Amino acid sequence: MLRPLLLAMIMLLTTLWSSLNHAESTSANSMPVIAAASDLSYALVKVSNQFTNETGQRVRISFGSSGNLKRLIEQGAPFELFMSADEDYVFQLAKQGLTADQGQVYALGRLALFAPNNSTLAKHLSFAALPGLLTEGEVRKFAIANPRHAPYGRAAREALINLKLWQQIEPSLVFGENASQTTLFAASGSTQGAIIPHSLALTPSVSEKGAFHLIDENLHNPLRQRMVLLKDASETAQQFYVYLQTAAAREIMREYGFTVSGEM
Amino acid sequence: MEWSSLNLSLKLAFWTCVILLPLSVLVGRALAWNSFRGKAFVEALVAVPLVLPPTVLGYYLILSFGNASSIGRFYEAITGHSLVFTFDGLLLASIIFNLPFAIQPMQRAFEAVPMNVREAAWCSGMSHWVTFWKIELPLAWTGMLSALVLTFAHTLGEFGVVLMMGGNIPEETRTLSIAIYDRVQMFDYDSASVMSAVLLSLSVLAITFVYVLGYRRRRHNA
Repeated sequence: MLRPLLLAMIMLLTTLWSSLNHAESTSANSMPVIAAASDLSYALVKVSNQFTNETGQRVRISFGSSGNLKRLIEQGAPFELFMSADEDYVFQLAKQGLTADQGQVYALGRLALFAPNNSTLAKHLSFAALPGLLTEGEVRKFAIANPRHAPYGRAAREALINLKLWQQIEPSLVFGENASQTTLFAASGSTQGAIIPHSLALTPSVSEKGAFHLIDENLHNPLRQRMVLLKDASETAQQFYVYLQTAAAREIMREYGFTVSGEM
Repeated sequence: MEWSSLNLSLKLAFWTCVILLPLSVLVGRALAWNSFRGKAFVEALVAVPLVLPPTVLGYYLILSFGNASSIGRFYEAITGHSLVFTFDGLLLASIIFNLPFAIQPMQRAFEAVPMNVREAAWCSGMSHWVTFWKIELPLAWTGMLSALVLTFAHTLGEFGVVLMMGGNIPEETRTLSIAIYDRVQMFDYDSASVMSAVLLSLSVLAITFVYVLGYRRRRHNA
């Protein structure tokens, strides 16, 4: 009675196994993995697609907060290029001898104040309106990225402190794991406002869900986004690094609201 | 839909089952029929991944297998790549967090094999080895199968440990559950919903299968 069951199980596993091996042989393991700050979520995917179209080479991208990615690199993660949202992390890795050199600044990041369509803040979108809306309970939760390891979170905190809003808003803050998750919190309407990267605010799937306004760049330390090749980076990774500095790649970065070198 | 992530999850679940099958038969059988000092402690150790937060497990795994640890360095010296952030490391983690899912049903299955049946086999001149193959395994088979299916399904569903140990690297450690997290963060609800539906149906199928096996065993024993 049990034999057929056993047989069926073995057959299932064998088919599964052969299909897996097939899939493995078609996926090139030579594709370098890029560690990228999550404010690049959309811009970098677009750049990498264009890179693939032009060169036939492919890269794999892993997004996260710059601080977390830096930690992964220190722990030995097999990344070949690190695109940080902040330059200190790059310098720290360089000091430890984990990078090829000191890298390059590829963009300046900007912050945006974002409010989802269902929030009263969206109708009076400014920091001036925040204290009143917080007191009235119209803004109950406000999202920023975790300042401990996300550069955009740190810059958001600096801006809120400089605006003298920090003390009042602190009890209402929720912290995203990275800039992208922070944006998700607000875009889904779970928080009534957020400070997010300008690059994500300009992404159609976000901008249709709310309103945003660009935050004065003098309110926080500049987000000098630096990238660096890691030790033993492959040729494809090096090519991609060079490609990121071409006019074509910079044009895409500009589309997503970054200030790119030459304008900095 | 990220096919590479589905493949990776299936591959991980498959190898976890392959490695855990002999291990859990040995341990489950030993726990079923032997009593010894400290047995409760051993059983507790096997069960602890059930209640431990994945972050605790992930933290210890990074400590013990990371590139700063002796195990991690030894492994890297032999294979040329590290244990953390690779498929190998994920497999090791997966084996550890699946111990209760594999061993406990095996133990229950062997406990259900009556002692007098085994004694009868020995009296008929069967060796312990033959008794194991001809008597115990056929009687415990349904329990073993449910252990495997549970392990398989649980591996597909594991998230926390994989995120901490694996580092979300496409085609290496980005399993289906991590890919869903990634997609949701990128507001790509279309992909996330397809992948979630795949995981939901696989899980429901697997658990249904385990229940059907359970009924069958109870009928069999009655």
